[in-house]
Amino acid sequence: MTTARLQLPARIVEGDVFKLRLLVQHPMDSGFLRDLEGVLVKRNVIRHLQCIFHDKEVFRVEPTTGTSANPLFEFYLRATKSGELYFRWVDDKGYIGELRQKLVIEPANQSKAPKP
Amino acid sequence: MSGPKLCLWGLSRCLIYFLLLNVFGLLFHLPMAAAQQRLIALDKLQSGLAFTGPEILDLQGDDFANPGLPFLEKGAKLWNQVSGKNDKSCQSCHGELKSMKGAATRYPAIDKASGHLFNLEDRIRHCRQKRQKAAEWPLESEELLSITLYVTSASNGMPIKVSIDGKAQSHFEAGQNIFTTRQGQMNLACTQCHDQRYGIKLFTDKLSQGQPNAYPAYRIEWQRLASLERRLRFCYTGVKAEIPAWGHEDMRNISLYLMWRAQGLKIEVPSVRK
Repeated sequence: MTTARLQLPARIVEGDVFKLRLLVQHPMDSGFLRDLEGVLVKRNVIRHLQCIFHDKEVFRVEPTTGTSANPLFEFYLRATKSGELYFRWVDDKGYIGELRQKLVIEPANQSKAPKP
Repeated sequence: MSGPKLCLWGLSRCLIYFLLLNVFGLLFHLPMAAAQQRLIALDKLQSGLAFTGPEILDLQGDDFANPGLPFLEKGAKLWNQVSGKNDKSCQSCHGELKSMKGAATRYPAIDKASGHLFNLEDRIRHCRQKRQKAAEWPLESEELLSITLYVTSASNGMPIKVSIDGKAQSHFEAGQNIFTTRQGQMNLACTQCHDQRYGIKLFTDKLSQGQPNAYPAYRIEWQRLASLERRLRFCYTGVKAEIPAWGHEDMRNISLYLMWRAQGLKIEVPSVRK
């Protein structure tokens, strides 16, 4: 079982470039290490992780054995419209992890004077 | 050159202390006066965090990215999870976590029923076996470490204060003895690095004081949560000494000495260490 947590800014306004942080709980066993009893632990890393927003892939990473356990992924998106962020990842054992998160984007403040 | 001379000087000084101790012991009934001498003054104590780099400081201080946090959440789940033949969870007897406030600052402690020295993990295992009648959690299993971390988190920020009176005294002395005796192929004692040379670099990292206030800690090197016992075993590997079996009393004894040595240091979990 893997679980994940996502961190978003408290308030996102249209047009903002904001940071997303995704922490996936995963052992990321490299296949080179032994456990406390000296038995080689089989390789099990996240092979593929992607973020889909409005049916479009906005972020993808393909980690390998060099990535630490419980990896933290950070990336940026530009806010255009509200919707649902969908994260999906697959590991060597074939386990598919998923995370869905509503993204609410506030409209840009119209009363502000436009920039010259 | 100065080795034998120093040794002799040390020996004669020991003799003088021994004689003084006897005299004072007989006159003033102070048998433990010299044995409890602190090698690091109480106001010089520093958490292991002071010797790690800025990256570790940032990671531990990050409320989201701290890799110990998922384990803390798991511990919270286990606290409320009913298991075993008695259909009880930790919560059914102990209530909310705040009932555990200060518990981690007092362990290792003597178990009144058996007379053995228990660390916090032992206490939880014992509780699980005797009160819940549930399947055993092996030492160093993720479940045991997570629940230990959760219980320890109730004492976050509280100063360490263990008791070394009564039955614990012999354990304390045994622990002190291990800490100050040379061992292994490297022929080193814990005290030589952690009392006399902390702050100096060993390879790429600074030697710490070897304080136990942040365990169970997430160790970057092991990529998981680790108990104080596992950390101590790693020190045994470092000086190439024979490692006691898992759960050995020696490890409890050293833990007790370390906790006495760290008196007043604040518990800090979930922590990150290199």
